[in-house]
Amino acid sequence: MYACSDLRKGLKILIDGEPHVIAQFDFTKPGKGQALYKCKLRNMLTGALFDRTYRSGESFEPAQLEERDMQYLYQDEAGYVFMDQKTYEQTTLTEDVLGDDRYFLIDNMEVKILLFGERGIGVTLPNFVNLRVTEAEPWVKGDTAAGNNKPATVASGYNLQVPSFVEEGTLIQIDTRTGEYVTRVKE
Amino acid sequence: MEPNWALARKRQNLEQRARIVQTIRAFFVEQGYLEVETPHRLPGNAPEPHIDAEQSGDWFLQTSPELCMKRLLAAGYPKLFQIGRCWRQGERGRRHLPEFSLLEWYRTDGTYLDLMEECERLLRRLVPSGVLTWAEQEIDVASAWERLTVDDAFRRYAGISASAALDAGEFDLLLAERIEPKLGTTTPTLLYDYPAPLAALARRKPDNPRLAERFELYVAGLELANGFSELTDPLEQRQRFVQDEAARSAAGKPGYPIPEKFLAELGGIESAAGIALGVDRLVMLLTGAEDIAKVVTFTPEEL
Repeated sequence: MYACSDLRKGLKILIDGEPHVIAQFDFTKPGKGQALYKCKLRNMLTGALFDRTYRSGESFEPAQLEERDMQYLYQDEAGYVFMDQKTYEQTTLTEDVLGDDRYFLIDNMEVKILLFGERGIGVTLPNFVNLRVTEAEPWVKGDTAAGNNKPATVASGYNLQVPSFVEEGTLIQIDTRTGEYVTRVKE
Repeated sequence: MEPNWALARKRQNLEQRARIVQTIRAFFVEQGYLEVETPHRLPGNAPEPHIDAEQSGDWFLQTSPELCMKRLLAAGYPKLFQIGRCWRQGERGRRHLPEFSLLEWYRTDGTYLDLMEECERLLRRLVPSGVLTWAEQEIDVASAWERLTVDDAFRRYAGISASAALDAGEFDLLLAERIEPKLGTTTPTLLYDYPAPLAALARRKPDNPRLAERFELYVAGLELANGFSELTDPLEQRQRFVQDEAARSAAGKPGYPIPEKFLAELGGIESAAGIALGVDRLVMLLTGAEDIAKVVTFTPEEL
């Protein structure tokens, strides 16, 4: 069992027998009052998002999920198709279930697919992926402050903040756990 | 090697933070406050049911400098301020760090009403334009601030009296979920007169002993400061310590020794008022940062 102090983004727990993942997590404490644990939960079967606040003392059952090594193949109308490289079995995950993870899939990428029973309900990605910047404002000469940032879009359609010196066409590394820019990739 | 992007992009916030701290110091020095530093490691903190200290050897890191500040008041220092580090175990969220900076100020010539007025002047000094924007809310700092009693806030936003919420054990949850998001959304809000059981070191109202002269300052839904007219009766303070210690040990929390030197000297203060203001949260409000991680050099996760 998990206690409130174990709650964090990405933790998977059972609620009413169904697996849920904590999509957003915040600790708060009004005034000098008791600790409150605010969660945005995603039902991993339906993709439905909802808010729930827990108080210290509550406990949670871990969601037991099997992980299977698979390869990402392609996207079709039904969703995102993965294949077990040993059995050649295919599994399709919908956009709702994948959330922002869909932006970090690259053809032939090896990932772990989370299974609840036989059903694919989520993906564990490599911690870092490299994606090419397709849209970004040009770099203003003289803007050398290392902390300055600007919006950019990468090939998968994902938007993020990057340092001002990153230009269109640059290959960048993104942390898939936070969705944030890490560094430029040398080619 | 590229510089650490997460750290480099904090530069503007860190520069503004330094200016804010300088302005705070200037504000208090100009009004005759003496800046002091008191020890971070203490034999014990004032017992609070929901605040846990970090152990440091046989002692504890401070959760607030309040006991030492009030001993200084008792020794005849009439106006004091301190900007220092405090530690509270397990508190980590978008608005919480387990190690954070607290501004505390104390005066022997006033009550919580004077502190409210000082909050207004301090924030107006820090926001010369009179308007601050945070989390897509525009807050008018220059106009008269909203003043709302705790009971009125519960009735208005949660449909229940504060004492009924307290009896039902729902006070904190309702405050966090239903009330706090509504506070300080047009002007800052001064939420005042707390149920006496929720004010461990505050004086009760002379005309209504079920309420304590405690207030909290909210800006854009963010809790910024907690102040009160100080309890200066050593006997009542000892009783409250004993009660709170019993509640802590019933909850399996480490005990603190009763702060005997503090209690022995407390009677030397005729009356006083004191307040703690979260410096990191103030910087969040003034920089627009919605995550406390963006206004400090390093969070625990970044070490």
